[in-house]
Amino acid sequence: MSRRLLGLLLVLPALAVIAFLFILPLIMSAVGAFQVEGAFGWGNFTKTFDLYTKDIIFTVVIVSLSTVLIGIASIAIGGYLTLGEHPVAVAILRWLYRWPMFIPFIVVGQILRTFLAKNGMMNNTFINLGLLTPLDAVSFLDWRGIVVAFVWKQTPFVALLVAGAMASINRDTIEAARNLGASRLRLLLEIVVPQVAMTLTVGLILSFVTMMSVLSVPLMINAQSPTMLTADIAFRVNSYGDYGVANALGLISLVLAASVAWIYLRASLKERA
Amino acid sequence: MTAAHIPAARNPLAALWWVPRGIIFGLMAFFIFGPLFNLLLWTVAEKWYFPHSLPLEYGFSSWAKVFAPRGGAMESLTNSLIVALLTVVVSLALAIPAGYALARLKLPFRGLILLAFLIPQAFPNLTVYVNIARIFYEIRLNGTIPGVVLVHVSHGLVYAVWIATAAFSAIDAELEQAARNLGAGAFRAFLDVTLPLAAPGLMASAIFVFLESLDEFTGSYFVGAPDVNMLPLLLYTTAAGGNYQIASITALLLLVPSLVFMLIVERFLKADVLSRVGH
Repeated sequence: MSRRLLGLLLVLPALAVIAFLFILPLIMSAVGAFQVEGAFGWGNFTKTFDLYTKDIIFTVVIVSLSTVLIGIASIAIGGYLTLGEHPVAVAILRWLYRWPMFIPFIVVGQILRTFLAKNGMMNNTFINLGLLTPLDAVSFLDWRGIVVAFVWKQTPFVALLVAGAMASINRDTIEAARNLGASRLRLLLEIVVPQVAMTLTVGLILSFVTMMSVLSVPLMINAQSPTMLTADIAFRVNSYGDYGVANALGLISLVLAASVAWIYLRASLKERA
Repeated sequence: MTAAHIPAARNPLAALWWVPRGIIFGLMAFFIFGPLFNLLLWTVAEKWYFPHSLPLEYGFSSWAKVFAPRGGAMESLTNSLIVALLTVVVSLALAIPAGYALARLKLPFRGLILLAFLIPQAFPNLTVYVNIARIFYEIRLNGTIPGVVLVHVSHGLVYAVWIATAAFSAIDAELEQAARNLGAGAFRAFLDVTLPLAAPGLMASAIFVFLESLDEFTGSYFVGAPDVNMLPLLLYTTAAGGNYQIASITALLLLVPSLVFMLIVERFLKADVLSRVGH
């Protein structure tokens, strides 16, 4: 038996799992989105846009805002880890920022639900510190809660990638600019960030796709309208058994995620040209 | 450190930098550990209602309820552990041959094959689970443990295959060749030489897959519920029912393995393996 054939035979079972348990259902969902009572048509999409246009916009705004905030926070963390001058402060930050990384989304939903509630620990602490009066306390369990949950959970992951990339760039350019009197902020924005732009974009796109498919956070924090597309899909299937509209919503979130990846591909091709 | 740092150390005003640092680190610590501390309080709160900022009575009655034989939590915990262990076994059984082939044998379209395992992570997967549930319903896998295991395997396979590939390619191929030269068969050489050397990397991939399965919500929600109860589903239903004590204890059970893993991951995932992931 040739080595090539043996190799393919060894990989085949694992590939078959992906083909039958992911690609096949993915195709089913794309086909199902255009199926209305056995015939092909646009019915599911008209219904989807009638009912869920607001939620589509809501999802895009929330996920985009979270992505931007994650990007800013991870540049700040990675930048301080790379350019920070005080070793103790850098060590504290390195120890501090990673904690939420492996905490599952469903647990993030639960703990932030109790933390951000109107009488939750955050408001209570601010009231006890005299920063807030009990009458002014509001619940953050709406779009803000979802954004906080996403930023809380995804920032460590992107920051880890970004900090790793920053650590491996050539220190000479940094030192040269520092000797010429560049401030640390200028160093970060004009020398360090451009060199890790690729890693940052990959991390942010992976986060974008992850946030597009998380069901537990919107269910736990804000399941009332307007809510995210994932909660709508679950509702459509569980309450109405309406797979047509669910698949249409799924295809829309797929297109949204794909368009982000496409922007990235176009930008990286332009860079190389 | 750098030259800029030395005069700063002599400068008495440098200590003042700890004021902004302290404020920023303090705020970060509050937002990272505050929610976690809040969770711990809920697990031991007997009585806690508005407007009190701390529980009025502490106790372990909720823990007793969770671990009571008929509490329902034990069933979820057992199911979760069985599913996670089976997911690890199936994933590694698929990933060890695949990883070995991807690392050692000449494969056509190697890059594309590696990328194929990333697909389940790179697409919004909710709609996929909905359709898997429909297929499984037809072939009577819906609401069974094997059904849930298969869904978790498809999701965890990227970690298993990528880390296994990296682990095998970090080992010197000449060691296996030496065993062959001494007369060992191909399978014997793999079993006695290559596999033990790859063990720490494979262990890391097993832990990744285990956690991924333990924490998975969406797939279990569509394929498992309501017949196969798992910890994340129990957390969701108790939290939706307003039972914050039980929900918090369940959350803690899911949280501890993740945090322990974060602290020990570097022991299993050495830099030589880590730098080869995805290549």
